Amino acid sequence: MTSSEQRLATIRGDTPPRRHNARTIAALTGNPGCTRRAVLDGAGVDKPLLAERIGFPARFGQSRFAITRGNVFEAQVKADGGAELLRLVAERLGVPVPAAASWTDLGGRDDVTGREERSAALLTAALTGPAPTGTETPQADPAGGTDAAALFDHPLLGLDVAGRRVYLEPDLVAARLGGRFHVVEVKSFAVIDGQADPAKLAAAAVQSAVYVLALRELLAAGGHDPRLVSHEVVLVCPADFTNRPVAHLIDVRKQLLVVRRQLDRMDQLDVLLTGVPADFTADPADDATALVDSLARVRANYAPDCLASCELAYFCRHEAGGQTGTLGRPVREALGGIDDIDEVLALAGGDHPADPERAEAAALLRTAARLRADALGTPA
Amino acid sequence: MSTLRALAAAQAVAAGVAQPVATVRHLHLATRPLVLVPLALAGEANAPLAAMVGSAPGQGRLLVVPQPRNRDQRFAFAAELAAVALPYFDGYRAGTETITVDRGREVRQRYLDAPQVLVPNPAGVTFLRLLGRATRFRRVDGDYPVPPQVPLLGRWLTFLTERAERPGSSMLVAMTQALTLHWATGQSAVEDLHLPALLGWIAPPGRMSGAEAAALAEDPAVCPPAGPATDPEFDNRLLAPAIEAYAAAGDDEAARAEAYAELERLLRDQLTPTWELMWRGVGLLRALPPGARVAGRWEGDRDAFTAHAEHVDGGGAPQPRRDGAVAAAARLHRLERAAASYAVQRAYDDPLVMAEHRLTGEAFVGEVVLADPARVDDSGKRPVLRPRIQLVTTDPVLVPVGAALSSPARSGQKARVVFVTPVADGKTEVVLELSGGMGRGLTATPGSVPEVGERLCYTTLSEAYVPGGTFPTVEETPWTHGGPPTPVSAVDMPDPDPAPDEEWA
Ligand code: SF4
Repeated sequence: MTSSEQRLATIRGDTPPRRHNARTIAALTGNPGCTRRAVLDGAGVDKPLLAERIGFPARFGQSRFAITRGNVFEAQVKADGGAELLRLVAERLGVPVPAAASWTDLGGRDDVTGREERSAALLTAALTGPAPTGTETPQADPAGGTDAAALFDHPLLGLDVAGRRVYLEPDLVAARLGGRFHVVEVKSFAVIDGQADPAKLAAAAVQSAVYVLALRELLAAGGHDPRLVSHEVVLVCPADFTNRPVAHLIDVRKQLLVVRRQLDRMDQLDVLLTGVPADFTADPADDATALVDSLARVRANYAPDCLASCELAYFCRHEAGGQTGTLGRPVREALGGIDDIDEVLALAGGDHPADPERAEAAALLRTAARLRADALGTPA
Repeated sequence: MSTLRALAAAQAVAAGVAQPVATVRHLHLATRPLVLVPLALAGEANAPLAAMVGSAPGQGRLLVVPQPRNRDQRFAFAAELAAVALPYFDGYRAGTETITVDRGREVRQRYLDAPQVLVPNPAGVTFLRLLGRATRFRRVDGDYPVPPQVPLLGRWLTFLTERAERPGSSMLVAMTQALTLHWATGQSAVEDLHLPALLGWIAPPGRMSGAEAAALAEDPAVCPPAGPATDPEFDNRLLAPAIEAYAAAGDDEAARAEAYAELERLLRDQLTPTWELMWRGVGLLRALPPGARVAGRWEGDRDAFTAHAEHVDGGGAPQPRRDGAVAAAARLHRLERAAASYAVQRAYDDPLVMAEHRLTGEAFVGEVVLADPARVDDSGKRPVLRPRIQLVTTDPVLVPVGAALSSPARSGQKARVVFVTPVADGKTEVVLELSGGMGRGLTATPGSVPEVGERLCYTTLSEAYVPGGTFPTVEETPWTHGGPPTPVSAVDMPDPDPAPDEEWA
């Protein structure tokens, strides 16, 4: 163990590290400026548990109805050895629909490392091999070799996050068509008249980018060209108000950069850790008051976006009370970038700024306060 | 975000209660608005679960879909909603007035009033848009017939949601938007989307602070979400078992009635708090006096209502799934013009909105210190009346010499900037030359020229009519935009026979 790893283990304490998935990794990109989050996520601290312990439980519940609907749709799309899926993906990619494709389920029985090895072996074999071995559908393209279409369900992918191996078990299919891999994500949100909920679409794009990245690293580790994994992912969603699946291509190049940058940043956690008190710990098993004190010593960067992306949001919002940042970035900017609400109001009331660089902001706030009072007919 | 509004938000934090950002009401408020609170089943594409609807606080009708995944029940919901909404819409077609358009060359009829639908939040508007999309193409014959009021409701909902995109329209309004137009809370814009928290800030109950009331309202166990999304805890703990019990009851009449009653009770409990908050919001808005230009904008809504009713009566086609290139461009242009004119009108109607423009130097308020009402300019071909006035203001003045200004108090009169001279104490002297609105001769009609001592606002914002852009006809759609579309019937009408697995569309 390196000293950083040791630090992270100490921070986490006795509670086992929380598993990451594409959603939590995607969420890492949500507030890249936040040290608190980077350190906690880097250490694998169970943030939902932590938030609950300190009295600010997160509210990221999922409805049974949504889960059921997702599972039903996924099963429907993947039925018959993925025949329908293959057709959709091929048509969307503009390649001839192969007569057949091998279907390999990489999910399942073995332990995590075993599964990762198996995924890696079979996925890379698919690039060089004849038809991959161990597949359930023997009638692969008779020409065999690298051009045969192949679908891999539930591959187990690994990524290094803050020096720790993190395993992703996506519900996705890696489709190899025309010699390249495409990440295929099945999502149950509807695309109505060609339009999906922008927030859901954006989330799906970042998650897919995480998978593309992991798949590329897997190929690179086997000595293959990572570009054999396309930056275009295939999103399969129900069309309009039906259960009929349609495929869409999303270009995730931008998301790849963002995820990569944040993972690199997490890799340099030792740099971030220099700013964290040496005895900082965040073991959810600790006493709540001690935890709150402890957390207060690591810099956060609360923004209203946190509410949708980080389990500690209610705690951090409470802590940031009185700061303009809690009102949202546009408000903070409109107030001349001043952090403290009391200072804003003092300057608006005519106080002279201590910092000469704030003179302009102070003048603006003073005028704003005068105009507001004038229009409201109240004394300024 | 204007600095003025941001400052109001900061003041709200300090005061512990929302602060006004408007002194008048900037939207029309019907005497009997149709309040509609929809709930949707999680995970589905806009599957209605329940709704509370009605046009008076004590008359909320609860609609329930016991099996939201069942296609027939979805359409039964749409039919029930239509049974409330369509008569409500029709109720506004009682009286008409005759108006002349195109400079008196044409005469039209317009309904004297128009319906107004209020939903809790923008997601509620989206729900109605998708409900409209899911129902307006339904056929009343063929393999999957629906009652005739279902596609009709779909067309009305589509009309309303399209209208709602137009800045300044009051036909379909999200309560959160209406409230934040008039108050700034001490929380962020995302948090303001939660109606209970927003109202917690605007009117905190008892001795609570706005922040406390909002925090309480965020707990779904205390205060259910305002929909259409439900609380996942509620789904898992209460709703799912109740839906299962209903399904399990099968043909057992008694068991089914009991299960239905339980579902009704659960959903009523989820909807009633929001229903009450909606009417509280209505009350808060009603307490504000309407802005002077609100009625004029409502006339535009009445025009649109009349036109849509006539279109439907005349057997016109339902709205297409997507606009063609020309229609989309023309629509965007109309919305931009509406946004610009709405911004100007709000500033003219409301000194607190105008203050935002004063802060940016596009408007100033000053006192008239000199006036030359008899000044005649005889440098041109014929002499013209051009009075000058001098104002002193403490506002920042960023208007250039030569700029044309107008004053909300005297919107028929133009004022050209002649001099702008900064003087002592941060004050500025502005000399304006006036034209128009003073009668015909070389002597100004009394009162038409501002007098010494008057306090007036002048601004570069102008209410003057700007002619709209011109667009090619549909047949002339340029090839860069896909060329003329295929005949309307083929584009507008969906596949006549829905696939057998289609549950909704
Ligand atoms: S909620 Fe707190 S810890 Fe999480 S990202 Fe935001 S500021 Fe950082």
